[in-house]
Amino acid sequence: MIFPFMAIKRDDIPKKRAAVIRISSVLLSLLFAGVVLLFFDLNPFVVFGTIIEGSVGSAARIQQTIVKAVPLTVASLGVLVAFKMKFWNIGGEGQIVMGALAASFVALNFGDVPRPILLPLMAIAAVAGGGVWALIPAAFKAKMGTNEVIFTLMMNYIAIKFVTYLQYGPWRDPASKGFPKIPNFSDNGLLPSLFGIHIGWIFALILVVLVYLFINYTKKGYEIAVVGASIDTAKYAGINIPSVIMIAMFVSGGLCGLVGMIQASAIEKTLVYGISANYGFTAIITTWLARLNAVAVLFVCVAFAMLLQGAAFIQLAMNVPAAVAGVVQGVLLFFVLGSEFFLRYRIRFTGRGSLAAKARGARKNPSADGQRGGEVYETGKIDGESSADERTCGETSADGEEAR
Amino acid sequence: MSGFLAAAIVAATPLLFATLGEVIAEKSGSLNLGVEGMMLMGAVIGFTVAYGTGNPAAAMIAAFAAGGAGAFIFAIVTVSLQANQVVTGLTLTIFGSGFSSFVGDRMIGQSVPASVLKFFAPIDIPLIGDIPFVGSVLSGHDAFVYLGYVMVIVLSIYLYRTRAGLNMRAVGENTAAADASGVNITLYKYAHIIFGGGLCGLGGAYLSLVTVPIWQADVVTGRGWIAVALVIFASWNPIKAFFGAFLFGALSILGLRLQSMGIHISQYLVDLFPYAATIVIVIIGTHKNRKEDLPPGNLSEPYSRENR
Repeated sequence: MIFPFMAIKRDDIPKKRAAVIRISSVLLSLLFAGVVLLFFDLNPFVVFGTIIEGSVGSAARIQQTIVKAVPLTVASLGVLVAFKMKFWNIGGEGQIVMGALAASFVALNFGDVPRPILLPLMAIAAVAGGGVWALIPAAFKAKMGTNEVIFTLMMNYIAIKFVTYLQYGPWRDPASKGFPKIPNFSDNGLLPSLFGIHIGWIFALILVVLVYLFINYTKKGYEIAVVGASIDTAKYAGINIPSVIMIAMFVSGGLCGLVGMIQASAIEKTLVYGISANYGFTAIITTWLARLNAVAVLFVCVAFAMLLQGAAFIQLAMNVPAAVAGVVQGVLLFFVLGSEFFLRYRIRFTGRGSLAAKARGARKNPSADGQRGGEVYETGKIDGESSADERTCGETSADGEEAR
Repeated sequence: MSGFLAAAIVAATPLLFATLGEVIAEKSGSLNLGVEGMMLMGAVIGFTVAYGTGNPAAAMIAAFAAGGAGAFIFAIVTVSLQANQVVTGLTLTIFGSGFSSFVGDRMIGQSVPASVLKFFAPIDIPLIGDIPFVGSVLSGHDAFVYLGYVMVIVLSIYLYRTRAGLNMRAVGENTAAADASGVNITLYKYAHIIFGGGLCGLGGAYLSLVTVPIWQADVVTGRGWIAVALVIFASWNPIKAFFGAFLFGALSILGLRLQSMGIHISQYLVDLFPYAATIVIVIIGTHKNRKEDLPPGNLSEPYSRENR
């Protein structure tokens, strides 16, 4: 790719300019998504308008939006703790399922225990279930350096297949003939509501504060950030890296596990294999968009819950597949990821002259052996000197300052 | 037994295409975790074109283009804009699965036209088909499978016996050195990411056109991720990728075979095998120390000259 401009690294960026870049990346992504919708003969204004109407258009819809924001927020907080350490925990889905499984085991076997005791027991079981499920890949990463992306991902499928097996096999409710379903929890195992919404929303708000404090104001939180920033620094500072990885992943998986308990108890009223409903994956996007900040996670998750609820609404109202939300999410994140480049670099247009020069240089390059020596010499020259054309290719910090 | 081997090949082919595609991307230094998404894009576009035109070649080209288009987005964001490859790849997977559900929504339950089915009917190769065991692997398959075999051979020659392949491996191993020796880094990265994405798209199309020629949502079901793991298993080598894909193909149809042999084990537990085996492979992969088994030196590192 040859572009008629050059990128100059910047040291820092005014907050205002950064905000402008971020907001314009979001707006551009909506514009792009709108063009995609046009290709499918859909009026983007109507689609976006209906999404907003469907997510906040009435009290009931606002409640539905919050019901979707709760699991997303808690799962994002879980993902955040792992990502802070640059541990790519893609296993949120499986940790949600295993948390739900552990909570359901308690609810189904001890349904007679009074609610004030049963619910906390279910929550503890869920945290343990999700946490232990996350500890397995964490232990291999900590001891052997095993790739955690694929490991955590495969753990998702294993968890979901295992619960499917339970639902169709040993845990199947004999009373529901023909329909493979696990028995419902007793009333003691169901989360109560406040203001018409199950109290999961209170947990979510408390957890936002707790995770914010944990990451920013505790020693362990600091160690997690150091391991994420540089393993070498962490080693030099005497941080016990395997222990940090294990603790962070237990917290990460435990939070996701709690999502499973909330969803099983408040939404499904039992365990179903589809309990995670993609929240574990969507949390990856929301966490990244929130730039790994717990408070920002809350706002991003509410916005995403609007998108999810609105997409569910347009499926009914306009007969547009709810999968449109996945497309919009993807486009949004592509643009935001891409926009980070413009936070780190300034762009200076250089006009056609240097484009042609760069193109000439590129054409000269392909691997004819005889040219090898000359090419090395030229590349070295680019770094040292700074003739107007060649600067397009190789920037040095001196060049950057000169250009400023 | 030969029936089992033949069925394993059918199960292995989508994995083979996706694994080869990811080998190409990773060898040139890009860890594209969007395989699942690109396979879904290829599956839905391949099916749409087959459904609309009845032309199998057009469907395959379209599937290749769809996977390549997904990869092109990945290339813009990670190569030109230097974003984190892990997050961008995951985004591509989310985008691809949303895209395939969205585009395919109105085709659920529709089947591939007869002209396409006929094109992908098994073709026997005379003589070779009569060899015991090997015959059922090499012969009696559809055109798609043979294309996969050809790709294995072509890509191994390309990687290890051509100048361009050498340059491409240099870009992945040591980008700065390749740059200094005059290789066009950006061109090489874009080209291989896009070509790899195209192969992933073909892998997805095999699932929607041949494996089950009826459109259903989420046809890929984690095969893209298994392919990412198979790349490690195969030590980034196309020939080993073939054996890895074959092994997994066999594993994924094992459950049905066991049941037909009268061994009763829940299908849902059997479904778990390939995923558990993938984990075992990743763990074993961690222990590889020989030089040719290691990942490309500069895998997943964004490159810009001023940072070298």
